[in-house]
Amino acid sequence: MRVLKALLKHPSGRIGAAIIVLYLVAAGLGALGLTPHNALKQFPIDRLKPPSPSYWMGTDLLGRDTFSRLMLGIGQSLVVAFASVLGASVAGSIIGLFAAWWGGLWDSVLMRLTDVLLAFPAILLALLIIAIVGPGTYTSIAAIAIVYTPIFARVVRGPALSLKRRDFVDAARTFGSSQGYILTRHLLLNLVAPLTVQVTLALAWALLTEAGLSFLGLGTQPPAPSLGLMLADSKNLMQHAPWLMLFPGLTVMLGILGFNLTGDALRDILDPRTKARAA
Amino acid sequence: MTVPLLSVEGLKVGFGADPAANVVVKGVSFALGAGETLAIVGESGSGKSVTALSINRLVDFGGGRIVGGRIGLVRADGSLLDLTAADEKTLTGVRGRDIGMIFQEPMTSLNPVLTVGAQIEEAFFLSQGQRGETAAKAARQALDRVRIPDAARRLTQYPHQLSGGMRQRVMIAMALASNPRLLIADEPTTALDVTVQAQIMALLAELKRETGTAMIFITHDIGLVAGIADRILVMQQGEAVEQGTLEAVLDAPQHPYTRHLLQAVPHFTGGKSVRGDGKRTTAVAPIVSVDDLVVRFPVRRRLFGPADAVHAVDGVGFDLVPGETLAIVGESGSGKSTTARALLGLVRAQRGAIETHRTAGGRPIQMVFQDPFASLNPRLDVAALLAEPAIAAGRRVDAALRERMKALLARVGLPEDALPRYAHQFSGGQRQRLCIARALMLNPDVVVLDEAVSALDVSVQQRVLELLVDLQREFSLAYLFISHDMAVVERIAHRVAVMYAGQIVEIGAAAAVLSQPRHPYTQRLIAAVPAIDRRHQHFALDVTPVPSLVRPGGWEPPAAHWQEIGADHRVRLESPP
Repeated sequence: MRVLKALLKHPSGRIGAAIIVLYLVAAGLGALGLTPHNALKQFPIDRLKPPSPSYWMGTDLLGRDTFSRLMLGIGQSLVVAFASVLGASVAGSIIGLFAAWWGGLWDSVLMRLTDVLLAFPAILLALLIIAIVGPGTYTSIAAIAIVYTPIFARVVRGPALSLKRRDFVDAARTFGSSQGYILTRHLLLNLVAPLTVQVTLALAWALLTEAGLSFLGLGTQPPAPSLGLMLADSKNLMQHAPWLMLFPGLTVMLGILGFNLTGDALRDILDPRTKARAA
Repeated sequence: MTVPLLSVEGLKVGFGADPAANVVVKGVSFALGAGETLAIVGESGSGKSVTALSINRLVDFGGGRIVGGRIGLVRADGSLLDLTAADEKTLTGVRGRDIGMIFQEPMTSLNPVLTVGAQIEEAFFLSQGQRGETAAKAARQALDRVRIPDAARRLTQYPHQLSGGMRQRVMIAMALASNPRLLIADEPTTALDVTVQAQIMALLAELKRETGTAMIFITHDIGLVAGIADRILVMQQGEAVEQGTLEAVLDAPQHPYTRHLLQAVPHFTGGKSVRGDGKRTTAVAPIVSVDDLVVRFPVRRRLFGPADAVHAVDGVGFDLVPGETLAIVGESGSGKSTTARALLGLVRAQRGAIETHRTAGGRPIQMVFQDPFASLNPRLDVAALLAEPAIAAGRRVDAALRERMKALLARVGLPEDALPRYAHQFSGGQRQRLCIARALMLNPDVVVLDEAVSALDVSVQQRVLELLVDLQREFSLAYLFISHDMAVVERIAHRVAVMYAGQIVEIGAAAAVLSQPRHPYTQRLIAAVPAIDRRHQHFALDVTPVPSLVRPGGWEPPAAHWQEIGADHRVRLESPP
């Protein structure tokens, strides 16, 4: 609650939060079918109409309303982004925590594995995974989750290593507290702040990666609308119907901006060193 | 009438966006003649450091503003400079040239990636423009002046290769490079061991005589100033409540706060203030017995044979009976904390028996750590902090447990509404009470107090000690009290064990050990304790190096031979007959 209030006071955090809320509303309405037009139905008469009072963002080659399709596309992208980041943060936190807690050989093995994953460019690694398993929504969720897991493992391991040596962890050991209790209450609870920031930033990357995979035809499969697919469809019609490229492109950009602004604001708010200045 | 070297009149210093509204030094005035030493004494937050930092205007870099008063300094050429009005360019010339400064923490005030020699030479270059061979020679002489043996070799070393005392000597050498007319020492010995502290104090006193430098010595320890100061200024909450000559302030304090400081600070009295209660009788069986405890940390692996190891604890043995306090004293690195941690299983002992005789269930030994800020999880409220030992023991958090929490909170003197609050909402003393309450949640037999009052201000320290004594009587607790502070040990211990280089060298009844120390190390330790009645005392400079605790693999210490001095007092013989 306190963090939310501070976020709304933060100049760029306010903008970021507004964008995220806007996207969530659009996705929600799209999921309920409350779009201006039927996003999947084709109207051959209204092919490639430029933006007008009826079609706010124009129509595509098959006469489908771009605005309605964007609403559904945002929903699709957000689902993939949230699901994959959830997976990556949970898996990454577990790996990072255990590497820090056990140390020694476990730490070396787990961290070298994450190094290997980090050595690949994100999109290339996702492509590799999809090439093995085959395209689809679930595959892209899994692929993006795997790609971003090492980043979470790194983010958790560093602070966990220093928390592990703090006196309150020693105190917990003298009480005979279980490992599970120490890991969750003493380590994880103190990692909420860096994890929150990282989750927000990762959502931005995940949004972009999802769009990229769909653009390449490896993410969401047609006829389901998705931001990446809409961009891919527009590329041959760039000169005749620039709105087909403009609006999905702007939507992707704005979404990433929203998550990045929120992430930066959260970092300012949750960092104890900047907390004093904000207060 | 001659003009004093430094005259401070009505100094006011404020902090924050509106310095005039947030004043922490509220009109302090004093004068300091050439070659005089002024000690500024006060607890943390009294404004003593801010006052001193205002003189060389370093306070500007900490967000402070001088909002009133004037500071007059007579410079080397005889001109009088008002430091409150001086511009930054003039101040850069004053700092280091007219005013030298020594800080509390010698490790952080030296640059870790430059050799000691390079840093001293830089000080000579900046103050006197010397470079090359001249500066190197001056640096060597400077180290000789602060009595660092083997100066030529030390110059090529890096700060981490020197001990804390050596580093502080290097800092003093740098501060003296420009022959400053005024030296400001801000708690220069607080981070050091007591025997090292005595050495640094002796050095400062000698240098003062040699160079005629005036000195401002800031400390929280009024007992420390007796050996060095000419005049004393006592500060409380930003105001100078009393000032006068050393004798006047110490022997006839006028202000109630000065009297409070003199009484609140436990002064070491050589075994005359030990507790009279809880005398040990043979009838009571020990609750914990430790025998031949050995803790080693491997440092260098060898291809064949066992690894070299740091012998942190080597063959330590003692026992504790209910209601008794055994104090372990010694300097940093003597193994006293490692002994405690081994007792609680926080480090693994290579050898030795730790026997506890407990009738009830649960863990018989609990611990209170030194730093009450680090030993409480900042993200848990008090209820969760206190519940942890019970949860660890497999108990449910129910109404009975909450009742016990409330009772214990009241017992240690914390408000009952503390349960939903977080650690950062409490002061240091309150947090330490919280740690004590947490340690008592499951009725332990023994509480290990590892420097548990060292981080607290003197008056807070006094009250926590009283609480500890009350709790001990009430619950028949045995304390293992680990401390470097002999005066505190004298007040709380029934028995004292002196540790040196991983071994107990002397153990026995507190009165006997503290009044008639037999082991040479115990004697050195006790002689180094600052005391109010040791005026202008000259400590002999002693540069005995501390023995290395790193031993080759498989090394075993020679068997200990003990000499019985009295009924409960034995000392280890260094050269067996």
